[in-house]
Amino acid sequence: MAHSAEEVLAGLAGIVEEVAGIPASSVLMDKSFTDDLDVDSLSMVEVVVAAEEKFGVKIPDDEVKNLVTVGDAVNYIVKAGL
Amino acid sequence: MGILEGKRILVTGVLTEASIAFHVARLAQAEGAQVVLSSYGRVFRLTERIAARLPESAPVIELDVTSNDDLAALAERVKEHVDGLDGVLHSIAFAPEAALGGNFLNTEWADVATAIQVSAYSLKSLTMACRPLFDPQKGASIVGLDFDATVAWPKYDWMGVAKAALESCARYLARDLGHEDIRVNLIAAGPLKTLAAKSIPGFEEFENLWDHRAALRWDVSDPEPAARAAVALFSDWFPKTTGEIIHVDGGVHAIGG
Ligand SMILES: NC(=O)c1ccc[n+]([C@@H]2O[C@H](COP(=O)([O-])OP(=O)(O)OC[C@H]3O[C@@H](n4cnc5c(N)ncnc54)[C@H](O)[C@@H]3O)[C@@H](O)[C@H]2O)c1
Repeated sequence: MAHSAEEVLAGLAGIVEEVAGIPASSVLMDKSFTDDLDVDSLSMVEVVVAAEEKFGVKIPDDEVKNLVTVGDAVNYIVKAGL
Repeated sequence: MGILEGKRILVTGVLTEASIAFHVARLAQAEGAQVVLSSYGRVFRLTERIAARLPESAPVIELDVTSNDDLAALAERVKEHVDGLDGVLHSIAFAPEAALGGNFLNTEWADVATAIQVSAYSLKSLTMACRPLFDPQKGASIVGLDFDATVAWPKYDWMGVAKAALESCARYLARDLGHEDIRVNLIAAGPLKTLAAKSIPGFEEFENLWDHRAALRWDVSDPEPAARAAVALFSDWFPKTTGEIIHVDGGVHAIGG
């Protein structure tokens, strides 16, 4: 199912808040998961699993290391959902 | 009818879909077993999310193998879901960063102790915590995941020492619990790309080694061969095997070079 970038950002921000306890309002497109948001690798695994569920997409393991910023993840999910 | 029909199995160590334990749980369900999972602390919710990807839903109970409280409560927690156990999968290992990756000569005891407690001593703790759940007539099958500890590997360091301890621990458990028909065996798997493996700096060296030395083609992204062996050990088809290490490593342990 196709999702807009806004929808994905809002959903992802909710997931990051739930998993890592970071306020959804600070989860913005240009933020880096590790450097800006302090999401460690284990939390990142959970964010990915939860995002796969929420958006009905598959994010392969090898892809995760390319998802540096929130925007990278949003764009990947939008494309994968098309 | 599956080879695990009617069996109740506790599966520890499901973390992601790549976890060896996930595939054991999946195949065990497919063979007719009722599966209960355990996880701990901050990864508990992740295990719950992954459990939803199994063919059938499976409850997740709390077990940190280093927590005496969790171990003491384990039998009761299991009983909320099944009335006893026929099998237990030990798929647990952890070593602090300082104990891995080429720092062997400088690792402090505290880090080594953690590696050995979580990865080896826990086979005994887990088995003893589950013992009241085993049928005194039928016994049970305990299966652990091992990485061949007969030689020194690149980067594996104190995790290798912990695996040597695990191998020995399995033999002593087999000795002391055999009269209750409790079988204790290990699967020595080849390298697999799981989260635990990714935390070993230089894991690619293992991939290269297996590319060169395995007699059978080895795929680091396929945990199913190891999982199948575990399912076989849970079945009634290895009734008199205990204290054994089954190599699911493409033959590497048998090939000199
Ligand atoms: N991946 C490989 O190359 C490989 C090869 C041979 C053997 N093994 C063994 O297989 C087993 C499972 O590892 P995996 O490769 O599937 O990786 P994994 O990361 O998916 O699993 C490791 C598990 O250990 C659990 N764990 C760690 N500390 C714990 C604690 N204190 N209490 C309870 N659980 C704890 C984690 O929650 C996780 O589920 C380990 O014993 C590992 O050494 C792995």
